[in-house]
Amino acid sequence: MLAKRIIVCLDVREGRTTKGIRFKENRDVGDPVEMAGRYYAEGADELVFYDITASAERRKIMIDVVERVAEVIFIPFSVGGGIGSTADMRQVLLAGAEKVSVNSSAVRNPAIIEEGASLFGSQCIVLGLDAAKDEQMASGYRVFINGGRTPTELDALEWALRAEKLGAGEIVVNAMDADGTKAGYELELTRLISKSVGVPVVASGGAGNPEHLYEVFTNGAADAALIASIVHLGSYSIDSLKEYLQKRGIPVRR
Amino acid sequence: MSKRSSVAVIDYGAGNLRSVQTALKFIGAEFSIASNGEEIKSASRLIFPGVGDACAALSILRERGLVQSLIEYYRSGRPFLGICLGCQIIFDYSEEGQTRGLGLIPGVVRRFPGEEGLKVPHMGWNRVDYPEAAHPLLRGIAGGSFFYFVHSYYPVPQDKSVIIAETEYGLKFSSGVAAGNLAAFQFHPEKSGESGLKLLANFIAWKP
Repeated sequence: MLAKRIIVCLDVREGRTTKGIRFKENRDVGDPVEMAGRYYAEGADELVFYDITASAERRKIMIDVVERVAEVIFIPFSVGGGIGSTADMRQVLLAGAEKVSVNSSAVRNPAIIEEGASLFGSQCIVLGLDAAKDEQMASGYRVFINGGRTPTELDALEWALRAEKLGAGEIVVNAMDADGTKAGYELELTRLISKSVGVPVVASGGAGNPEHLYEVFTNGAADAALIASIVHLGSYSIDSLKEYLQKRGIPVRR
Repeated sequence: MSKRSSVAVIDYGAGNLRSVQTALKFIGAEFSIASNGEEIKSASRLIFPGVGDACAALSILRERGLVQSLIEYYRSGRPFLGICLGCQIIFDYSEEGQTRGLGLIPGVVRRFPGEEGLKVPHMGWNRVDYPEAAHPLLRGIAGGSFFYFVHSYYPVPQDKSVIIAETEYGLKFSSGVAAGNLAAFQFHPEKSGESGLKLLANFIAWKP
């Protein structure tokens, strides 16, 4: 039986890992390569790196991080943040990442999903979808871009379905209302999208304790869950989270 | 030219082979890249890695005249490891793009039905069981261990005796097959943590 995946998320700025709350107030939590090696050893199923570097040197800094990560971990990892063209995708994949994640750039230019999927395969192309509750939208959720700063006219569910059709092989649903709050995942949005698309859905934003993971894998219907603060800040080990899930009947890799 | 002890990794211009290279480097294996017929011919050990479209991969192999090189390499009896796409192109036929394969092992490659609740691609960590005693490449790895998968198509060998590993995903499918000097796995050992590294080390030492 396919295990539910626990994916550790590292936000990388200027080559260092940071962690924000509701997309703001970033603090330094360590060296991404060293942290990647530690999470690999602790049993993370996958890692994701989001490049939030603002400087002109961003691409070079991130490629260096990706290359060094690829030499120390032997589990899949994806890279997102600032992927605006298939040339960007190629660079990150050649540096050793398994997948690339597109977010704002795909909203601005949906064809990038299609082009990326045809060049590298759908399994490489992850759609990152930042959404927040909005009663004006048909599904009840609106898509945001630019790290959650800019609202779009896109409905979250419609966008997820369209991205799947264009060739996205996985969708990361990031609930902005929950991000960094440790108050639990947005179950309703995660479930809505996971039950509507045919590709795996990763829940993101809000993990604060093992119970939250259990809820998102059951009521939230997520195939995988992103965690950050709860392991970066040392509250839980990956194995203790998996032990809890296993005891409650969730298939995990241990 | 590859050394006698080294392993050649096929590069046909599409598959992501860097992860295979870094894993080989990590376990201390010498490797080279084989991108033409000569390099395949002179290899002492060969890995065919890759993800992506089987039809596209086979058309590139045909264009470059590598189909015959791979068939001849297999017939020479030297160790041959297929990974993911490399576990699909070895069969007679794939539903993906309705393409003819290398025909090294009789059988076909089918798409997952994608029934209710089962997502396609089959992506993530799943258990790998052995129908019989562990194949030499799986020795030292407990049956039921988790490996990383990402694929939408799965092999269906004609002769069940070639199956060395099985996995459940809605249906039970062959996640590993072997015929003489050829072994191929649908999962990615280079992305499967310690179990995967052990499998690659077993391949480097394999004397079929």
